[in-house]
Amino acid sequence: MRLMEKGLTSAIAANRFGLGARPGELAAIGGAGPDWLRAQLEGPAPQIGGDGLQSSAGILTRIYDLRRTLRAERMRAGRRGAAGPRSAGASGAAVGAFKKLPQLIRPIYLAEAGARFRQSVSTQRPFVERLTQFWSNHFAVSVDKGVLAALAGSYERETIRPYVLGNFTDMLLATQRHPAMLLYLDNQLSMGPDSRAARNIERRNPGRRPGINENLARETMELHTVSVDGGYTQADVTAFAQVLTGWSIAGPRDSRRGAQPGTFLFRAAMHQPGTQVVMGRRYPDTGYDQGVAVLRDFARHPATARFIATKLARHFIADDPPAQAVDRMAAAFSQSGGDLPTVYRALIDSPQAWDRPVSKLKTPWDFIVSAFRGLELPVSTDKAPVGLFQLLGQRIWCPGSPAGWPDGSADWDGASELLKRIEWSDAVGQRIGPGRDARELAPRLLGNVLSTATREGIAHAGSAAQAITLLLAAPEFMRR
Amino acid sequence: MKRREFLTAGALAAAGGALLGSQVTFAGMARGKKPRFVFVILRGALDGLEAVPAVGDPGYAGLRGELAIGRPGTSGGALPLDGLFGLHPSLSFMHRSYTARELTVFHAVASPYRSRSHFDGQNVLETGHPQPHAVETGWLNRALAALPGALAPEAERGISIAPTAPLVMRGPAAVTSWSPSRLAPLDDDTLQRIADLYSRDPVLGQKLAEAIADQGSPGSLLATRGKPEAQYVEVARAAARFLRQADGPQVAVFDTTGWDTHFNEGNAKGQLAVRLSALDTALGALKDGLGPVWSDTAVLLATEFGRTVAQNGTRGTDHGTATAAYLLGGAVRGGRVMTDWPGLSPRALYQDRDLRPTLDLRAVMKGVLAEHLGVPERALESPVFPDSRDARAVRGLLRA
Repeated sequence: MRLMEKGLTSAIAANRFGLGARPGELAAIGGAGPDWLRAQLEGPAPQIGGDGLQSSAGILTRIYDLRRTLRAERMRAGRRGAAGPRSAGASGAAVGAFKKLPQLIRPIYLAEAGARFRQSVSTQRPFVERLTQFWSNHFAVSVDKGVLAALAGSYERETIRPYVLGNFTDMLLATQRHPAMLLYLDNQLSMGPDSRAARNIERRNPGRRPGINENLARETMELHTVSVDGGYTQADVTAFAQVLTGWSIAGPRDSRRGAQPGTFLFRAAMHQPGTQVVMGRRYPDTGYDQGVAVLRDFARHPATARFIATKLARHFIADDPPAQAVDRMAAAFSQSGGDLPTVYRALIDSPQAWDRPVSKLKTPWDFIVSAFRGLELPVSTDKAPVGLFQLLGQRIWCPGSPAGWPDGSADWDGASELLKRIEWSDAVGQRIGPGRDARELAPRLLGNVLSTATREGIAHAGSAAQAITLLLAAPEFMRR
Repeated sequence: MKRREFLTAGALAAAGGALLGSQVTFAGMARGKKPRFVFVILRGALDGLEAVPAVGDPGYAGLRGELAIGRPGTSGGALPLDGLFGLHPSLSFMHRSYTARELTVFHAVASPYRSRSHFDGQNVLETGHPQPHAVETGWLNRALAALPGALAPEAERGISIAPTAPLVMRGPAAVTSWSPSRLAPLDDDTLQRIADLYSRDPVLGQKLAEAIADQGSPGSLLATRGKPEAQYVEVARAAARFLRQADGPQVAVFDTTGWDTHFNEGNAKGQLAVRLSALDTALGALKDGLGPVWSDTAVLLATEFGRTVAQNGTRGTDHGTATAAYLLGGAVRGGRVMTDWPGLSPRALYQDRDLRPTLDLRAVMKGVLAEHLGVPERALESPVFPDSRDARAVRGLLRA
């Protein structure tokens, strides 16, 4: 490999596969980029916790408790209001209630985003962190819906981090049954039209017939597994939605039958009875296991292997994923039964992954994190600079759609977004000024991809502050 | 061809910093009336039977269930259009526009896309190509490129009010995008040095030149947090500010999201009603902001596909097929609902669940491009809407 011989692999490994070099990281890689990446796949994946981070079940229980309190307050206020001509008490309580849920959620979001940001800035295994973020985006939830802002962080810790160096099937099952995903894609109330629960409701309210909600079923097929080209029909989506009826979340009252509130609960009474045919295979009604069986088959489907391989190649290599790298990873995925480290090693072993340095534009997340790593900027111990991510166009865990953030350079190269990156780079330069020598730092962060033009631009900068701005704004630093 | 290659020509001009701070002008523009066009993308599949309920169709109320909008004159009922159709009660500005003959509604309309993926559906809506992901440019950009003199780098006729240009606006024609910056401006020296570094990076060079050219733009979106109404209104006002300038762009694009109402959609009140009201208010703000230019303006609002006719099991609707589209503005010959209405009887439904498409959305788009923007007839199919011969341009959409 020509580029490898020129010692480029350290810079490519740290920037394309990692989160940008910390000073000293390129020297540690020592020209052996592929080995450095492979070594990161050994051992259990890093987990983050402590720091007052709570489980999804714990968070949902607090939300349930708050809702119960607010309901009780509202009823009391309503009674008071009914006694008098004007019910100022009721509207006052309603205003207070309106604020209380955000007051509960916001600190959770800040703590989770902070933990993720600190992990990204400090990790010694940045490749694993990038993979974690890749999968979190593949199985995306978005904090602009409902209570997801309270759950996005714990969801990632509970469904992605434990499996990022494990098997795809396990990650798929963990994500699809997690309360965050069930809430995000509206499955928790989806009910088989012929289920016991639906019949009971219809008996009590003639004319109201509850039924399925296809949202999770469709996005699982389209976005998480076989993809839109996977060869399924509307009938398959509908059948799979029937399979998933009953995949729900335990509420406060379910503790009476031994279910912990805020955890996954299969509600047999809501499950559509009968055999379903999904993508040509028959699945007898085995209750919860019917859904597991379908998901396992989706995970093993060749279209899933190709879809995942293509997305990984687009993310790590190039906007137009090179066909040989896709083929290699798809084969590794299929032959290993979805063993993710095997797939990652196929990525590392693809010569195309080491071609064309700095071809992809960093996302705002990658840009900000790499600046913090490279300049060793101080990180707050309790929260992430969430406003900064929002300003640069990538509010944390808020892709706004179940498809996740887009992954092409052209999705991130808006003129005013670029200007904001530059303006922020300028603000960083102003702030740390002569605290760092960009002339010394540039080769340590960018290695062999540092261009002569950038090196000279930095050397001739008007001030130390301006030199730092130029380093961060340089094309080699904006790209990976 | 790759997007990066399209951008090269403009980037070369920007490379030396020669364009920095220069006034963008539209040298090729004829004096006199300049048509303005706004394309509003409604992402998420807006329920056309909720926004434009077919209150006079015998099947409507039964199939819609709790989502049904009542007949005009009833409590929470539709605003009357033509007997068969009404408008959602939240759309009061649009209804006034209809009465003033400045709104045409198209119903049972769909793009050529017939599956139900948002992402593919939006891709077809924006590329104008019958197959998703077939091309990497948008129909509106290609239409602009077909106008005389459009490829000169100084002829930026289109603007996206968005952090990055939506796909519909990407392509060979020089366009720009604008969204607010809250950070302090850079000093010219630093900026010039960065521009020098970008002289070898065509994409970054081009984008930086664009960003700097837009720096003089008035106003800011500082207050646009939280509620959809504030966001939509600020975006609409920004579009109006740019379009109103005599030597500014003539085409603007912005998008709105949140129309994917699977759950608790609501009817006259509820989630969708709040968002429709926000959109309606923003369109009113667009008209106000455009002032006298409104009479030269046409605004097209379209979504990727419709939703199921019947409500689903969670008081919402799932992904469907045909829906409604809207053409609004002082230049529009409005006061009409244009449709070949397929009806809502069980036999009429598409795949037993969706409103059947009877009008190709591209036919509307072609009509607007030809008669309003003056896109040459020969360009309408190639390169603007490939393989669209059967979708013949709808004529007579604009005032003479």
